[in-house]
Amino acid sequence: MNNKKWLFFVFVIITTPLLSSTIEVCNNCSIKSLNEAIKLAKPNDVIKVKKGIYKETNIIIDKALTIIGENLPTIDGQLKGDLFKIIADNVIIKGFNIINVGKDFANSNTAIRIQRSKNFEISSNRFENILYAIYIEKSSKGKINNNKIYGNAITEINSGNGIHLWDCKSILITNNYIEKMRDGIYLEFASNCEVDNNISTKNIRYGLHFMFSNDNSYIKNKFINNGAGVAVMFSKNIKMLNNHFAKNWGTASYGLLLKEINDAEIRHNVFEENTIAINVEGSNRINYENNNFTSNGWALKVRGACYNNVFIKNNFLYNSFDVSWNTKMNDNLFKQNYWSEYTGYDLDLDGVGDVPYRPVKLFSYIVNKTPEAVILLRSLFINLVDFSEKVTPVFTPDFLIDDEPQMKPNI
Amino acid sequence: MYKILKYSFYDLIRSRWSFIYLLFYLLLGIVLLFLNSNLSNAIVTLLNVITVLVPLIGTIFGVMYYYDSKEFTELLLAQPIKRSNIFLGQYFGVAISLSISLIIGLGLPFMYYGLFVSDKIFEFLTLIIVGTFLTFIFTAISFFIAISFENKIKGFGVAILVWLLLAVIYDGIFLIFLVYFEQYPLDMFSLGAIMSNPIDLARTLMLLKLDISALLGYTGAVFKKFFGTNYGVILSYLVLIFWTIIPILGILWKSNKKDF
Repeated sequence: MNNKKWLFFVFVIITTPLLSSTIEVCNNCSIKSLNEAIKLAKPNDVIKVKKGIYKETNIIIDKALTIIGENLPTIDGQLKGDLFKIIADNVIIKGFNIINVGKDFANSNTAIRIQRSKNFEISSNRFENILYAIYIEKSSKGKINNNKIYGNAITEINSGNGIHLWDCKSILITNNYIEKMRDGIYLEFASNCEVDNNISTKNIRYGLHFMFSNDNSYIKNKFINNGAGVAVMFSKNIKMLNNHFAKNWGTASYGLLLKEINDAEIRHNVFEENTIAINVEGSNRINYENNNFTSNGWALKVRGACYNNVFIKNNFLYNSFDVSWNTKMNDNLFKQNYWSEYTGYDLDLDGVGDVPYRPVKLFSYIVNKTPEAVILLRSLFINLVDFSEKVTPVFTPDFLIDDEPQMKPNI
Repeated sequence: MYKILKYSFYDLIRSRWSFIYLLFYLLLGIVLLFLNSNLSNAIVTLLNVITVLVPLIGTIFGVMYYYDSKEFTELLLAQPIKRSNIFLGQYFGVAISLSISLIIGLGLPFMYYGLFVSDKIFEFLTLIIVGTFLTFIFTAISFFIAISFENKIKGFGVAILVWLLLAVIYDGIFLIFLVYFEQYPLDMFSLGAIMSNPIDLARTLMLLKLDISALLGYTGAVFKKFFGTNYGVILSYLVLIFWTIIPILGILWKSNKKDF
């Protein structure tokens, strides 16, 4: 072996500990608090926190640090203001149980606040008794995964969001569990973010909320029993795939609320037992494909100004109302959907019904005009009226028609 | 009264029509469960049947039984028995035997398909309770009508007309009202209209149990309060009881006044 290589190897061995050293924090170590450790640490150091309860306030992380909790140590904020504040790049916070953070909603007190930083990672933490759990401002390229957030929100005004993004880029939010917050996950002016495999439940407002956020996607999430499952507003190019929207059930609950959305993909989602599965307002060029709508109050409620949408190969099963429509104009396309209420026949046995299906029933049209009439749901008279309207359509929009209704549910 | 009740009851239980009625429900339950294999969907379908057929059959049976046993009634009237006892005994005999057909006819297939292990048991119980109420109400109404009309054909016609009115036409008029006065606040009116028709009331009670309440509560604060809480359910049951008592009082009043 030649000398130069040897020298380099020795150099690396000697200098590595100098570049990044490990600082341990525990109740009987020389360093007893996280704040102390951060002050002592140099950039790129690792701080390991042993199991125990640490009472801390205002932990400001202004250099690249990896802070790891071993066996889930508890950081108690004692209800005084913010707790962690990250203002440097390359910070990792992992494995903490963070409790009792301040509840001042005027300052939106947060357990972990991240400002103007890049390449951060917040993972495997547990949050309890907090206002906001993770609040990210003007940051990019971060990862938030495997966190568990337990809120106790009661009203919308004095509660915070689980994961809150404001003016961010390329954030990956995966495998988190969020319950009882205001919004489970909130994205405002965020782009190129991915929200995957999360469970968001029992939130008083929305499970997931997009505002002015373009080019994002959310895949394989579960939104169960929220005020509304997901609200997507004023955004473009959102991909919504393989999500599960269930039991968002209440007087003003939605599975999915779309408002001013353009060019979105909604595919392979399951909507089960929501008051309104999808509520759409002013949204254009959206592809709805292979979604399952089962046992919802309304499967689709379209409130107008929606053009160039395509509904293809969806299954509409046992909904009280399949489609409710309140505009006279339409250039939307319904094709190859399966409707459980379809009563047509298929003589040539090609799996496509020979009689077109009109998804808007007369009763649905009446309820749109006079909402109180919903009280007559499932009455014999209404069944008779619906039947006669089906035979000779007079009131229901004649452009709303599925020319190729399927005889068997699409897979 | 119990003696007459017992007599009417046994008479009906042994009659062919009770068996056909029982068989009809057995068949209906089995076919529905066979086709749906899902208790919840079967219950929704049954809702339509219960709110239409139960009142119809109650009406027809009541009228038929009264006119059929008219001679026997006149014979009884000659005995030292209170009039109210005779008519109430006959009425309860018919109503109870019909209710038993309903309960057994629907209960057996649902029990066989695992009612007790499913979480739908309360929905099913509501269905049965509501069905029994409707049987009692419409048998009473038909008895009242039959006592009021000497002429068989006239009595039959009026009874069927009353059923048609309450089951179908009422909702039509109701709907026209709603559409015509859509600019006005209609929640109180709607609730009142629902309360004053036992079939609508029964349907609403079932809808509340079937979780469609959120759909109804969507409309406004009054609906929300009524359908979102137990308040609506309790009030509806009270009104159903009221609806049962009124025609029974009618039978008593009419039978005491009538000259045979």
